[in-house]
Amino acid sequence: MIDRRTVEQIARLARLELDEERVVKLTDELSRILAHIDKLEELDVTDVPPLTHGTGGADVYRADVAGPVLDRDDALRNAPDQADGLFRVPRVIGDA
Amino acid sequence: MQAFPAVATIAQDVRNGGRSARSFTDDALARIDAHGEALGAFLHVDVDGARAHADEVDRRAAGGDDLPLAGVPIALKDNLCTNGVPTTCGSRILSRFIPPYDATVVARLRAAGAVIVAKTNLDEFAMGSSNENSAFGPVRNPWDLARAPGGSSGGSAAAVAAGLVPVALGSDTGGSIRQPAALTGTVGLKPTYGRVSRYGLVAFGSSLDQIGPLSRNVEDAARVLAVIAGGDPRDATCSNDPVPDVVAGLEDGVDGLRVGLPREYFDDAIGDGVKTLVRRAANRLATAGATLIDVSLPHTSYGIPAYYIVATSEASSNLSRYDGIHYGHRTKDAADLAETYERSRTEGFGAEVRRRIMLGTFALASGYYDAYYDRAMRVRTLIRRDFEEAFEQVDVILSPTSPTPAFKLGEKTSDPLEMYLADVLTVTANLAGVPGLVVPEGLCDHDGARLPVGVQLMGPLWSEARLLQVGRWLERTREEAISIPEGAAS
Repeated sequence: MIDRRTVEQIARLARLELDEERVVKLTDELSRILAHIDKLEELDVTDVPPLTHGTGGADVYRADVAGPVLDRDDALRNAPDQADGLFRVPRVIGDA
Repeated sequence: MQAFPAVATIAQDVRNGGRSARSFTDDALARIDAHGEALGAFLHVDVDGARAHADEVDRRAAGGDDLPLAGVPIALKDNLCTNGVPTTCGSRILSRFIPPYDATVVARLRAAGAVIVAKTNLDEFAMGSSNENSAFGPVRNPWDLARAPGGSSGGSAAAVAAGLVPVALGSDTGGSIRQPAALTGTVGLKPTYGRVSRYGLVAFGSSLDQIGPLSRNVEDAARVLAVIAGGDPRDATCSNDPVPDVVAGLEDGVDGLRVGLPREYFDDAIGDGVKTLVRRAANRLATAGATLIDVSLPHTSYGIPAYYIVATSEASSNLSRYDGIHYGHRTKDAADLAETYERSRTEGFGAEVRRRIMLGTFALASGYYDAYYDRAMRVRTLIRRDFEEAFEQVDVILSPTSPTPAFKLGEKTSDPLEMYLADVLTVTANLAGVPGLVVPEGLCDHDGARLPVGVQLMGPLWSEARLLQVGRWLERTREEAISIPEGAAS
């Protein structure tokens, strides 16, 4: 189960701004989804290791050599706002 | 409308100078122009780029370049980055994104002479099972325009089923190639995790995602896989092992093959029409010298809960990069940086993407991690072991792909959990990393319509060649032809 306070807290962590209607709806939907997910508790997994690699292979290494990279203009081309070859962002701290 | 020739025939024609790449490309563009909009299958048609590239292929072919996919028109799911061509992921947040590079699969297709003609519609960020979560509208199933083509590679599946392109690429995180293939009567292959580079695929669930082909026949899928598979220094999870020849053994048949039928995949939740056709395929295999063996994959029912924790957790992490700063949508209405993040993301993501980010953020949050993410990753090991034990007894597993044939648009949109359950027979392959191939078996009457049913073949890690060989046999001995549905050309 998940309550509305938790939903609001998770939204802050996820950087999402939820209005009242969405908080109510998500609280209900996530509760029902988690009720289904709670089926996992039927299993005793104490001695089962987590599967952390898709195909269980060894690490794959590459030579530590610099390759071609995007040039600055290409990297900035999709930026919503830019100036002087840099990403421009709104004020981070303090009043305008 | 007549289907395109086989991929090998197109390429041979173009290499021999019998017909130009430009002519095949113009044919595909004309089909897309005539029928694409009614299906909602495409988000961008690259008319000028495709023609220019086709002309270049013709020059290369004339110069004697040995191009395995010379002049083959191909459509790409719009979560594959294409240099200079819009890539939206079906999301408002990327609606104006133009990648400055090609995905590895795209570069390999171009090098092999394939011509990228269009980008296909999908559920936003590949999150969905019906293609109704696209910010740019749903895709319609060519077999019945009132029905969903499945998802999330719904646009690629519909485009191939309707004969608008001979082949397309999709991506499969929990069934997103295989389920739409089954629902549209097309062939769909999810390779082993690590067989195909994910570089340039917009990430959803990084430990689950694989790129693969959708096509009208098994050989075409094999020929596309042969081009896109193999190690890539830009994807550390992509295997550097040599890729076996997946075309040479296609006609080798099924004599002596051990075929597992997992009892959990034939339970009461699976429709009778679907079960009947899967059993028909099994019986045909038995009469041709294969042995049918009942097997059990006992943790199948834990697949959906484990999948929706693992996939959403990885998605919540992957999608944290959409910050309104580097690329993608930025809100016009923010006082500071924190508000820029929150409003850009809230305005840019659709309801299902927000829901999954929330679920994944919850599962990874301090205090919940052990109960959810860690537990799901352990259950994943149990699911992997189920497959390992089954593959000690059998060479391949034969099963249904989707519990039912194509459902109606709007039928499952009110309840997210009901939509999630549509993936019950496909998510386990992603969790275990094993490959899965869907081949159409026939048509069945369902809910007042005549609709295709695809069977699923799963095999051990790296067994694509075997799956394609068995799939080719099932296709060759199929009792019904799967043609282009008439509705598609209306």
